[in-house]
Amino acid sequence: MTTEPMTTAPVAEPEGRTIYRRPLLLSNPTSYCPGCGHGIVHRLVAEVLEELDIGAKTILVGSVGCSVFAYDFLALDSVESPHGRAAAVATGVKRYRPDKVVFTYQGDGDLAAIGTAEIIHAAARGERFTTIFVNNGIYGMTGGQMAPTTLPGQRTTSSPRGRDVETQGYPLPVTEMLSLLPGVQYAARVSVGDAGLVGKAKQAIKRAFEVQLEGHGFSIVEVLSTCPVGWGMTPTDAMTRLRGVVMDAYPVGTFVDRPRRIAPNLPQPGASHRSITEGF
Amino acid sequence: MTVVDRPAGARTRIVASPSGTGSEAHHLDRVLMKGNEAMAEAAVAAGCDAYFGYPITPQAELLEWMARRMPEEGRVFVQAESELAAINMGLGAAAAGARVLVSSSSPGISLMAEAMSYMAGSRLPVVLINVQRGGPGLGSIGAAQGDYFQATKGHGHGDYRVPVLAPSSIAEAIDLVRDAFILAERYRTPVMLLADGILGQAMEPVAPTFRTLEKSAPNWILDGADHRVPRVVKSLHLRPEDLEQHDIALQAVYDEITATEQRWAGEQLDEAEVVLVAYGTAARVARTAVERMRAEGLRAGLFRPITLWPFPSEPLRAVAKGTRAVMAVEMSSGQMVEDVRLAIEGAVPVFHHGRMGGMVPSPDGVVDAVRRALGMSEEAGR
Repeated sequence: MTTEPMTTAPVAEPEGRTIYRRPLLLSNPTSYCPGCGHGIVHRLVAEVLEELDIGAKTILVGSVGCSVFAYDFLALDSVESPHGRAAAVATGVKRYRPDKVVFTYQGDGDLAAIGTAEIIHAAARGERFTTIFVNNGIYGMTGGQMAPTTLPGQRTTSSPRGRDVETQGYPLPVTEMLSLLPGVQYAARVSVGDAGLVGKAKQAIKRAFEVQLEGHGFSIVEVLSTCPVGWGMTPTDAMTRLRGVVMDAYPVGTFVDRPRRIAPNLPQPGASHRSITEGF
Repeated sequence: MTVVDRPAGARTRIVASPSGTGSEAHHLDRVLMKGNEAMAEAAVAAGCDAYFGYPITPQAELLEWMARRMPEEGRVFVQAESELAAINMGLGAAAAGARVLVSSSSPGISLMAEAMSYMAGSRLPVVLINVQRGGPGLGSIGAAQGDYFQATKGHGHGDYRVPVLAPSSIAEAIDLVRDAFILAERYRTPVMLLADGILGQAMEPVAPTFRTLEKSAPNWILDGADHRVPRVVKSLHLRPEDLEQHDIALQAVYDEITATEQRWAGEQLDEAEVVLVAYGTAARVARTAVERMRAEGLRAGLFRPITLWPFPSEPLRAVAKGTRAVMAVEMSSGQMVEDVRLAIEGAVPVFHHGRMGGMVPSPDGVVDAVRRALGMSEEAGR
């Protein structure tokens, strides 16, 4: 057995490998409550923009609610919208600068209540921007009131006996609704319920931006998230609830990816069907 | 012919004299144009990059004109799903550096009030045309001036002001559209052009004075933070200390506008014993009334504010000095008259004559009102 002679030169230390680092676009520590999903979603958006190398040409359209703080943590050119109007604001930005990447970052109170008309019509027009729709089923910033997305029976500060569907209606399945529109080129619902789901959420967010970069129409990712304070739970219990009743009510998956020929199995406008029920 | 500077990536367009209007710039014959269309073409000529609107009478022709002209010029036109969406599309395009026009009529302007406040707070230059109709509520589609308070005292919430320009002819409207863009960009503020249903719907001969407007590249627009610190266009300042500083800065801008941008026009004011104060279509009626009173030997004059905010208070005070009476003539219950009273500070009696709901005062009605007022003021003086 021979031994390699020692060289006079010192052996170089193996180069350090970065295992974990904060994405460059995620500029500041977030100020969200413990267990809030916004920090995870911010990070996923930052990672995706960095991997696609588009941060320098991206414009964030903010909204109202806890989501308004996104521009404090994402180092992007940003414009703030009145409550619910982000999809209209993004339409203005993208129409004038089609060469830029534009996305809205909205919560469920903002998008699914006061901003319903704006999001539906932006989607119907096939506006070429991306929407990151963070659905935690509650108005977090104002103290945990019922949202259109609140589950039946769920107690909130404005549904203290639980959401009564007889008087307060049923949750609004926004992504399912938007998936019917031909202008919507990509629509997915994901969750930040555990590490595996977070990985899939990132894939969906990346795909949504790719669809925009390829010049297709509207793309949206609904991210099921938590609001431990608003839900009156510990962060751990909130994650358990998210993986349980929330994901039962809101199935995750890719609803539409029209460039990849994934579309809902429903008659599309302009199709040759004359009726959807026999003998009608 | 002027080449208007565009951001990289956008199409470079040559803005020439307007085509399709029959009014080529080298051909100075006057042409007959509808007010809504003339204001729209004035915006196109001034280099408006993006227009957003929603159909409402009596401004629909403005939307229709832009639907045809903006795509011809390779610019942005979107018919929005609501006035809320239209003005917020304007907010977004302005944040990205576009020269933006939005138009509507009274009920639609109410829906835009929210975004006016946001744009004032965010320092965004957008020109908004209000072709006023009768109110309140759905009101009527007749020409009215019931939105004076809304235009000059508010629209939305918070401590802000918006310059308001009031044309009284279609020719003047063409010039003021361009001036509105100049003011908006000079002061980074929304600017309102306050017209009415008659100015929007009537046709008048106009000289083709459509002029282009150079564009600068301001250092606040959003185009992606490429090797620079990110920019945020926003109105949120959560700490009261910060918001107060922001509001103080806004007030400084408003002070500067008040000091330098007041505009008005006077007619037959020399040795006038009675002064009518009127803007827009009401000023056209008041002018005829002045002529009739002069013919009858009553020395009347017309003071016509062109900027409703800032209101030309000091010029009016100077004009009113030594007269027997001042009368505001409006197509409202008496809104501008409050600014007239504030300007005159009780130096001479101030009266109001107006019609509402889409009705227009008649010159004879104005003359009668002046005679009644003079009788009243003399009685009060005895």
